[in-house]
Amino acid sequence: MARRGFRVERLPGSAAIAMLTFVLLYVPIVILVVFSFNAGASQAQWEGFSLEWYAAAFGNRQVQEVSIRSLWLAAVAAGIATVLAVFAALGTTRVGRFPGQTLIYALINQPLMVPEIVTGIALLILVAAVKVQTGYTGMGYLVLAHTAFCIPFAYLPVRARLETLDPALEAAAADLYAGPFQAFRHVTLPLLVPGIVAGFMLGFVISLDTVVITEFVKSAGQDTLPTYMLGQLRRTTTPEMNAIATLFLLLSVLIVTAFFILTRVRGR
Amino acid sequence: MRRATWWNWLLCAPALVVLVVAASGPLVIVAVYSFLSPGNLGGVEWTFTTEAWFRVFFSRDMFEPDIVTWNDAHLVIFWRSVWLSLQTTVICALLGFPTAWFIATRRPGNRTLWLFLVTIPFWTNLLIRTFAVQEMIRNNGIVNTLLLKAGIIEAPIQMLYTDFAVLLGMAYVFLPLMVLPLYAAMERMDFRLVEASYDLYASRWASLWHVILPSVRPGLIAGSILVFIPAIGAYVTPRVLGGGRTMMLGNLIALQFGQGRNWPLGAALSMLLLIVVVAALVIYLRAVGQDRGPRRG
Repeated sequence: MARRGFRVERLPGSAAIAMLTFVLLYVPIVILVVFSFNAGASQAQWEGFSLEWYAAAFGNRQVQEVSIRSLWLAAVAAGIATVLAVFAALGTTRVGRFPGQTLIYALINQPLMVPEIVTGIALLILVAAVKVQTGYTGMGYLVLAHTAFCIPFAYLPVRARLETLDPALEAAAADLYAGPFQAFRHVTLPLLVPGIVAGFMLGFVISLDTVVITEFVKSAGQDTLPTYMLGQLRRTTTPEMNAIATLFLLLSVLIVTAFFILTRVRGR
Repeated sequence: MRRATWWNWLLCAPALVVLVVAASGPLVIVAVYSFLSPGNLGGVEWTFTTEAWFRVFFSRDMFEPDIVTWNDAHLVIFWRSVWLSLQTTVICALLGFPTAWFIATRRPGNRTLWLFLVTIPFWTNLLIRTFAVQEMIRNNGIVNTLLLKAGIIEAPIQMLYTDFAVLLGMAYVFLPLMVLPLYAAMERMDFRLVEASYDLYASRWASLWHVILPSVRPGLIAGSILVFIPAIGAYVTPRVLGGGRTMMLGNLIALQFGQGRNWPLGAALSMLLLIVVVAALVIYLRAVGQDRGPRRG
């Protein structure tokens, strides 16, 4: 075999398949975005550029309402989940093995393993029973469900950040007569901030994405943007749905990009 | 040391309380409900019975309850769920392996960018991605329109609301879950081993089969599990792309809590789904445990 240009890491065809994969990953999304700007109602025939579907989406009272609810829910659930995850990360990192540690990991990671539909109907049963007992039908159920679902996602980056911290820093603080609380407040916490922000963003995106759990937990009139969309997809949709999806997509991409930059650049 | 343990538990307590109340605890209730009788308007009667579990696979004659037959409708749905999930996993592996390889063999500075391109769809809403596929394969969608214009077909192909649509959708939405762990395994791979195999006159195929695959096996298994588990539990994708005729287990479960009004049966089906998921996880842990290799997920 001619050894000229022979590279061990080359696998014939892998680059072609990889390119195919990237094309496949993006073609449906690109088409979705392109047709959100279509002047006509078709998803297949380009009839000229127009922003009418965005105008329609912004003018749609129901869309406004469910979007605000989704953002509010994501912010609250991700906020609470991040605070809880910081405590849990502090309790499980940089310590030797302690009794029950495996149980704690299992509980924290459980929402990642169990199919969403199972969690969804499990919460449906619980919420139905609690509603009968208390008569409460507010947003509390959704906040609780989303918070639990966000905890493992918020926990990961906080823990990852905590593991990279040098214990000598806290030891130094203690040498300078800082109490444990002061050391935490002025040394550990500021260093944790990138992890905390990353955890919050991840939780926020996850909460925004959650559709199955919301679908089964929500009471009447508590639709979020994803459950609203899911309901709309039963019928033939207009490009207004594309416009809504595009804006939603844009938000996710912005958050994920920020998350990526935060964990890549500052994490190193 | 004992005080330290107490302190650790205290720090974890708030998170654990939320998780037990809203994640683990409700699963226990589901397990209990699967042994109760259905109420008339949904809900349950508090009488113990194994009837719901029985109905998962069998059905009784309406007039002669002693005549028992297989519940074909449930078996078909169960089999479809397993079969579609396995197919999804294989498709994702076939596309994901070369893709992860491609990324892992870029220059380190460029890898982040390619990886980012895989990560973006991963974090964008699953419903939106499913919707994007739905729009494309509608009878009046862009795929049929282009094929009609090109004269390849004369009438639109019915793709939406078929098993094919569900398979396509699942492979599309879960593909990043295969690429990411595979990439993680390949990035850690020792390329000198591949070099050594070529020096020992291995063909590309032999090198792939005997050197590369064994070293990235944990990543491949992790990716397969990460694809298979959400696929077997899929609800949104079969609902949007499969319609009523091509249900999967997740939709069958949801049905029992909606029109079906048979909560115990829905609970038993959920437990069945959980058992399949746990079995998959056990296989994964065993396989990775054997390797003692790097693990993820």
